[in-house]
Amino acid sequence: MKLLTFKGGVHPPEKKLTEHEKIQKAPLPEKVVVLMAQHAGAPAKVVVEVGQQVKTGQVIGEPQGPVSAYVHSPVTGTVTNVAKINSAVHGIAVEAVTIERTGEDEWELLPKLDWTTVTKEELIEQIKKAGVVGLGGAMFPTHVKLNPSKPVDTLIINGAECEPYLTIDHRVMLEMDEELLEGIEITKKILGVKEVYIGIEYNKKDAIEHLERKWKGKVKVAALKTKYPQGAEKQLIKAITGREVPSGGLPMDVGVVVQNVSTMVAIKQAVVDGRPLVERGMTLTGEGVNRKGNWWVRIGTPISWIIERLGDGFAEGYNELKVLMGGPMMGIPVPNLDTPLLKGNNGITVIPEQKRESTNCIRCSYCVHVCPMNLQPYLLDLLARKKKYDEAAAIGLLDCIECGSCTYICPANVEHVKSIKLAKKVYRTLRGGKK
Amino acid sequence: MKNVKLLITSAPHVRTQDSTRKIMIDVLIALTPATIAATFFFGLYALVLSILGMISAELIEFFIMRVLRKDKNFVPNGSAAVTGLLLALNVSVATPWWVLLIGVVFAIAIVKHAFGGLGQNIFNPALAARVFLLVSFPTFMTTWYKPIASFGGWYTDAQTTATPLAILKLQGFSKVMESTNYLDLAFGNVGGCIGETSAILLFIGFLYLVFRGRIKIVIPATYIGSVLLIASIFYTINPERFGSPIFHVLAGGLMLGALFMATDMVTSPMTLKGQAIFGLGCGVVTMLIRYFGGYPEGVSLSILLMNALVPIIDRHTQPRVFGRRKA
Repeated sequence: MKLLTFKGGVHPPEKKLTEHEKIQKAPLPEKVVVLMAQHAGAPAKVVVEVGQQVKTGQVIGEPQGPVSAYVHSPVTGTVTNVAKINSAVHGIAVEAVTIERTGEDEWELLPKLDWTTVTKEELIEQIKKAGVVGLGGAMFPTHVKLNPSKPVDTLIINGAECEPYLTIDHRVMLEMDEELLEGIEITKKILGVKEVYIGIEYNKKDAIEHLERKWKGKVKVAALKTKYPQGAEKQLIKAITGREVPSGGLPMDVGVVVQNVSTMVAIKQAVVDGRPLVERGMTLTGEGVNRKGNWWVRIGTPISWIIERLGDGFAEGYNELKVLMGGPMMGIPVPNLDTPLLKGNNGITVIPEQKRESTNCIRCSYCVHVCPMNLQPYLLDLLARKKKYDEAAAIGLLDCIECGSCTYICPANVEHVKSIKLAKKVYRTLRGGKK
Repeated sequence: MKNVKLLITSAPHVRTQDSTRKIMIDVLIALTPATIAATFFFGLYALVLSILGMISAELIEFFIMRVLRKDKNFVPNGSAAVTGLLLALNVSVATPWWVLLIGVVFAIAIVKHAFGGLGQNIFNPALAARVFLLVSFPTFMTTWYKPIASFGGWYTDAQTTATPLAILKLQGFSKVMESTNYLDLAFGNVGGCIGETSAILLFIGFLYLVFRGRIKIVIPATYIGSVLLIASIFYTINPERFGSPIFHVLAGGLMLGALFMATDMVTSPMTLKGQAIFGLGCGVVTMLIRYFGGYPEGVSLSILLMNALVPIIDRHTQPRVFGRRKA
């Protein structure tokens, strides 16, 4: 089999500890904390009050502005608090609604649609009403992404799952191929595209073979080399279509829309079952938890509850651990365990810190060779630390996708990504408004 | 639930278990065959010089970092040992131990740490120190002994000789081939610096670095390639004066220079294109000095010259950023 790929990248230990664990339905949490910013763009506006009874699937946040999304109650219960809480992901305080569960689910569903007969506009509206956002991590509102302002001829489903440890997309592809396919058919109809690919890394050979057999003639299965960051949007498009998204551009600039596997399932559930996005599949993994697995978990469930109830608590022998939202390459460490699950959380990885020595950069050039964006991470790091932001921008500061390949491979343990992230923030602030 | 302290660190949260020290140890391993060859051809004193070079370099660096630069956390990483060994391999067996020591101090204190230490130096410390010794102690540095070619001997009973490149310069290529042959040149049974003579054992060490992914492989390819090309052209013009291409690759410090000195990570370019330009420049300058310069050998000077050009090369060989037009 010919494996497609991109230039650069690294191959960290895959550690797919949970790849054979079936996705299980988690019990309902007693309490959920639902952030109003569960999507890229403007936060939603709270439309419930403290003391109000809400049903599962009831709207509790309405979008503000064109790039925003609906937020729904993940449980049936009572609103006990509406306040701003600090969010590790956003780095700022974000409005959140706390709901205490009073019983089993009483659903408030959207109308169920027959997608073969309704219009494209009705489908997009339904997806918007269901609060669907990109579940791969970026949480971009799906109804916006499915209405591109440029002509698109190709839909790529991202099943690469190149982050070590995470396995939820893998399990979804194995266990839910029918729902997945229906989601893809709906998306295909909305976009009006002919070409549909699903890109899967070769370490999920069973999923590749399974989908090739089941989807013969419907979706092209692209087997990808197991290499990080194979699932990064631009690298995935390059590997499958050979097209290069221009610097500062979007996939639609080269006629492509990329959607995550789990998002397709959410689209199917929104359209066919009328179910808003109140639950998602996620992987709970890492050496730091006792029980590792793949779970359906309600949005807003506190991480402490997930680790205690689903993970059987922290593993013995660790006094210090990193609890990451996401995988180990790009995951964000949470500063406290009250942090709730977001729509974009495909996993929680609990791992110990690796102790490593640092030296000056020895110019080994490993970072230059692994950078999937063909940047010079050593130089960006140097310029960032010297506060030469304009020079850094000229050689591609803003093109960095923060995948961490450079920092992963660095024998001197230089923190390229850390200084690049900071430099991007400073540069955007200093040059705000000016292109 | 048991409580743990939550760590907040910057992504990525997994890293390779690679380190600067592991790279340096790999280079030392790669230099071992050449060091054994040095001991075989030039006697136990060559081994003494090699070990002295490594240990003294590490001690001097330790002193500089802990005492002068007040870095309490400094742990030796092996980079100084690499410099010390390379310098030792780059001197004649006629060099007294204290001359080598002066060279090591110059390499570590001036060439490396005066420029900022590990990763910051412009010039290859071992090469700069070699040239420093060459101008300061020309007698020691240009007295060559005939190899004794047996383990266990000291060096003093050996006869002096001239290096093949010096013979070429003064007497012509036919005289070179009267005094030696390609086999001796390849294995190192000729006069010269203790670590430079055995092309084959140097190459074996180099293969180890390639296997370990530790080397900017384009540099030796373009360096040796350009030497072969230039020597072929000149050989057709005047074989007696210029010598054969194979001879130029095997003789003198070319293999040591191209495989281990020009490829020094710190002092060579970062992109493949830059490395090609760098290797090519080394080859051209080496041959210019060998053919037309005052010295019979030009490897050290050519690499040092190209070291100085690395910032310019890096600046003009920046890769095209993904999604951008040609820069």
